Amino acid sequence: MSIVVVGLSHKTASVEVREKLSFPEAKLPDALSCMGRCSMVNENVILSTCNRVETYALVKDVEKGSEILKDFYLEYHGLKDDVYRNSLYAYTGREAVRHIFRVAASLDSMVVGEPQILGQLKDAFDHALANKTTGVVMNRLMKKTISVAKRIRTETKIAESAVSISFAAVELARKIFGDLEGKSVMLAGAGEMAELAARHLVNNGVKTVLVANRTFERAETLADEFGGRAVKYEDLAEEMVHADILIASTGAQHYILTQKDMAKVIKERKNRPVFLIDIAVPRNLDPDINKIDNVYLYDIDDLQSVVASNIKERQKEAELAEEIVEEEINTFMSWLRSIDVVPTIVAIRDKAESIRQAELERSLSKMGELSEKQKKQVESLTQAIVNKILHTPLVALKQSAGDPEGSSHVEAARVLFDLDRQESDEGAVEPAGHGSGAETR
Amino acid sequence: MNRVLFGITLFFYFLATFHYLLFLINQRESIGKVCQITTIVGFGFHTVSIINQMVSLGRIPLTSIRESLGFFAWAIVLIYLILEYKVKIRVMGAFIIPLAFIAVAVSLTFPIITTPLPAYFSSAWLGIHTTLAFMADASFAIAFGVGIMYLIQERQLKHKKPGAFYRRLPNLDVLDELDYKAIALGFPLLTLAIVTGSIWANSAWGYYWGWEPKEIWSLITWLIYAAYLHARLVGGWRGRKAAYLAVIGFVLVIFTFLGVNLLLPGQHAFK
Repeated sequence: MSIVVVGLSHKTASVEVREKLSFPEAKLPDALSCMGRCSMVNENVILSTCNRVETYALVKDVEKGSEILKDFYLEYHGLKDDVYRNSLYAYTGREAVRHIFRVAASLDSMVVGEPQILGQLKDAFDHALANKTTGVVMNRLMKKTISVAKRIRTETKIAESAVSISFAAVELARKIFGDLEGKSVMLAGAGEMAELAARHLVNNGVKTVLVANRTFERAETLADEFGGRAVKYEDLAEEMVHADILIASTGAQHYILTQKDMAKVIKERKNRPVFLIDIAVPRNLDPDINKIDNVYLYDIDDLQSVVASNIKERQKEAELAEEIVEEEINTFMSWLRSIDVVPTIVAIRDKAESIRQAELERSLSKMGELSEKQKKQVESLTQAIVNKILHTPLVALKQSAGDPEGSSHVEAARVLFDLDRQESDEGAVEPAGHGSGAETR
Repeated sequence: MNRVLFGITLFFYFLATFHYLLFLINQRESIGKVCQITTIVGFGFHTVSIINQMVSLGRIPLTSIRESLGFFAWAIVLIYLILEYKVKIRVMGAFIIPLAFIAVAVSLTFPIITTPLPAYFSSAWLGIHTTLAFMADASFAIAFGVGIMYLIQERQLKHKKPGAFYRRLPNLDVLDELDYKAIALGFPLLTLAIVTGSIWANSAWGYYWGWEPKEIWSLITWLIYAAYLHARLVGGWRGRKAAYLAVIGFVLVIFTFLGVNLLLPGQHAFK
């Protein structure tokens, strides 16, 4: 029994390959049950997003298991080319668990710390639950994965700093103004990025939106969209007195605000700070404006360098997250070991044997003088009783090894024989999963 | 007994300083808690030390450099703790608590004065005058720490190289506002200290103002902060220059306090 991950991601395959091997949501039930019918596969989950396609499975044989899953990818999509096969990676056992944890915690994402992947993983798990393709192991693994991802989100700052231009603008505005509640933004020129940045600012508390555009009608339309006010393009410098933030993105070939203009504005504003964002190329705002006190001018390159430094910061936090992942792998693997058949059988045998030895010793000391032969006879009697009693349950356990219900048998055996007394292993007693068909407890 | 109490106080302020600096680096909430607890425990011992000193001397312990530096540190921690409770910006401690630690450490290098004090030291005005003066100085110390934070954050934002401090320090607006409030608290205290000082001078020596070095330097300090408040209230003066002024003002405060005492003669030049 082993956990196996087979899949491909933006790191190993181009979008052309990924789209060929993906499982659209509508096809998921079919794909899940198809894979479930493979002789090797006991439990499985399929995660299919635009950046990665992965299957998480519990297989009987590690070596064959990953090959069979790779075959499944190709056969299901009717592909034969080795290109597709070679773009698939496979992880098994501990590595597989690490991979799943890292994916969910967004450590393997294109943008480290992005939040969507966890939701996508939850959906994938829900699909598998609905199609009854998971059992004790997968249910527990998926729940653990979700809790690990949440733990990393709260204990590290992996998702904290802005990693897109428009969010970086919001982050900077907060560092200058603190609360954005009641602040106002001026849009000079319109463009997708300018509108997006304005939208983020509004979502973060900015109240007033002013729009200046060369064509006044365009300004009015945009102002209406934001519930703001259109101002005359020629009045930009005067109107800046009312704006705390300016997003400039006009196609002007010269500076629309000079240092002199801004010096006047800041004087009239009684030094209340201004944040100027120049995302136009060629630039709209005189770079010397930044020399004025209480004025902060960022052009597109400046914003990009903020984003770059934030990404670096996230990577630093990711190191901390990796430590959490390792710690959590250990807990999960020790649970997994505890439900493994062979060690359980050994543990039951050991326990019975130690009871037999102890009882035998006690009785022999009370029986007085016995001949060697008699002693041997008593010894084999006790052995026979122990073996006969244990025979049926141990055979049943052995047979259950390859069976989806096997792990619940093992769990039951561990509880009945009280094998986990010293270890604080909550796994042996806590029923896992909600409504999974493979569960018997 | 008092030496032991001050020693324990110093030890806790050291621990607090260490943890605040650590908190500044790693930002872990668990370290933040240690900062708060060590500061509060240190402050508790400090309070007991001062009360104990007061009881054994039978007067307010503010007549030697050793005593007044200790009280100055106590006032800094008091104001800081209120501030942390109110605005919940713990990282500020990394810029303020070290000042208190240094003040206590330096105070312990000065001798304990046991020679009897002149008769005019027993006036009730002494207690009021000195308490007000050091509370004012402590407010300016807070303004200094906050001003330094402002200047660092402002620099990060102007130079567009968001480094470690950009992430760790609070926004400019809150720093600017706190700087203003600290000075707005310290200024009236300083004004009252100067007024009560003149009243005391008049009752002790028969004149209100003697143009001695401490008085002159206090007046300069007072004028600097008066100019700051005037410019701020009338002209909306704020930002980098205001923060520089808060820093310079505190340097003047320290000079008026220690420099004048140690270097220049006068009635205030107690040791």
